[in-house]
Amino acid sequence: MVTRTSLTTPLGDEVLSLHAGDQVLLSGIVYTARDEAHLMMKESGIPFDPVGAAIYHCGPVIKDARILAAGPTTSARLNALTGFLLDRGVRALIGKGGMGAEVARALIGRGVYLSCTGGCAVLAASKMSLKGVYFEELGMAEAIWIIELDSLPLVVGIDSHGNDLFADIALGANKQFHRTFT
Amino acid sequence: MVLPEDDPLFRALSAATCRAFREAVTTLPQDVVEALRSAAMREPSALAKNELKNILDNIAIAEQRALPLCQDTGVPVVYLTVPSHVPFTDTLICAVGEGVRRATREIPLRPNVVSPLKRENSGDNTGPGMPIVHVRPGSCLSVTVLPKGAGAENMSRLAMLLPTEREKIPRFVAETMLIAGGRPCPPVILGVGIGGTFDGCAALAKEALLLPIDTMDPFEQELCDAVNALGIGPMGLGGKTTALAVKVRMAACHTASLPVAVNVQCWAARHCTVEVTW
Repeated sequence: MVTRTSLTTPLGDEVLSLHAGDQVLLSGIVYTARDEAHLMMKESGIPFDPVGAAIYHCGPVIKDARILAAGPTTSARLNALTGFLLDRGVRALIGKGGMGAEVARALIGRGVYLSCTGGCAVLAASKMSLKGVYFEELGMAEAIWIIELDSLPLVVGIDSHGNDLFADIALGANKQFHRTFT
Repeated sequence: MVLPEDDPLFRALSAATCRAFREAVTTLPQDVVEALRSAAMREPSALAKNELKNILDNIAIAEQRALPLCQDTGVPVVYLTVPSHVPFTDTLICAVGEGVRRATREIPLRPNVVSPLKRENSGDNTGPGMPIVHVRPGSCLSVTVLPKGAGAENMSRLAMLLPTEREKIPRFVAETMLIAGGRPCPPVILGVGIGGTFDGCAALAKEALLLPIDTMDPFEQELCDAVNALGIGPMGLGGKTTALAVKVRMAACHTASLPVAVNVQCWAARHCTVEVTW
């Protein structure tokens, strides 16, 4: 039986006790943000309280103020745009595919990267309710949607101790590749 | 532009296009579902099994509720077959565009199409050059849609190999997934184009994604095994299943060229063909 740690936002030091590979059920408010929203926040400020916040790399399908589909987008696109959020107190990044070494370093002693199963958009939406929106002018995919989660299942991909599950797997893949093709 | 809305052919093709998108984004082809099921049984690791379970649960809920199974409903890639008695005119292309706009409103699809530099969103998934429409002769009028998400598309690559570098093809295919890692939502399907020209090779790679994945020839199996040996696994969290299948399409090419393209497709390998009657 797999044990899952339940967490609720805003997050605090409890994220520091998580380890890469742990399974988590996350509840509470999260904020979606993709490329354009990150740029906008960097230029004109973060429209929510970033302390203890969780950022969800996601551009949902919304119809009549309801979330129909809301799986994660590829987090690595935001590698260079994430540091300022962690500096302001953001504790969790949620997305798919992992993030770069600079983000893994920036998470040490501060927060975690949580992996959400890519493409599982209706499964994710079934655990969500829409609470509001910032930067709606950026369009459906790029706006910051305020979403309340009810026990969304996630995996700790990068912990606050410098462990990165994705980097470990990539290292193994790289070794195997060079064994086969050199 | 005035749309020929009174033209029965226009109405039938735009309705069929919309229907094909609805079916494609809510229901995965059976061969893909079967491949995911058998992967879930083969995976030894608990994390990998759990990712595949989430995927299978998601597929079931999406089908049951008739909702897009992934929020990235992609950009519209469309293939038409046109029989000899149907004149190939702008009406066909306009009808496909209208079908995309209707699908975007009604299903709905996420409006993903933007101008490339200004990044202005048209709001309806159409724009200059979008939808992409490929036309072939055929025995009946049919529309095939392949809504293509960006996570996997962004990881696709093309190489102009030397004619003497045939043995580098498996390396290039495996290297594409090595670079991609968990980003394109593995387990993926890889469409591989070999031959043709620079542009034609990329088109072959995409068309390979329309082939059924329940069989692979020995060369496709060799490529698939090389990718799966990397151990990237479902969502990049490690495991045996990085690719569900590799499918290859070839065309003749210049004696001095060996183009190779790899089009990466996420597990949500959505496509659907609808025959148009009017």
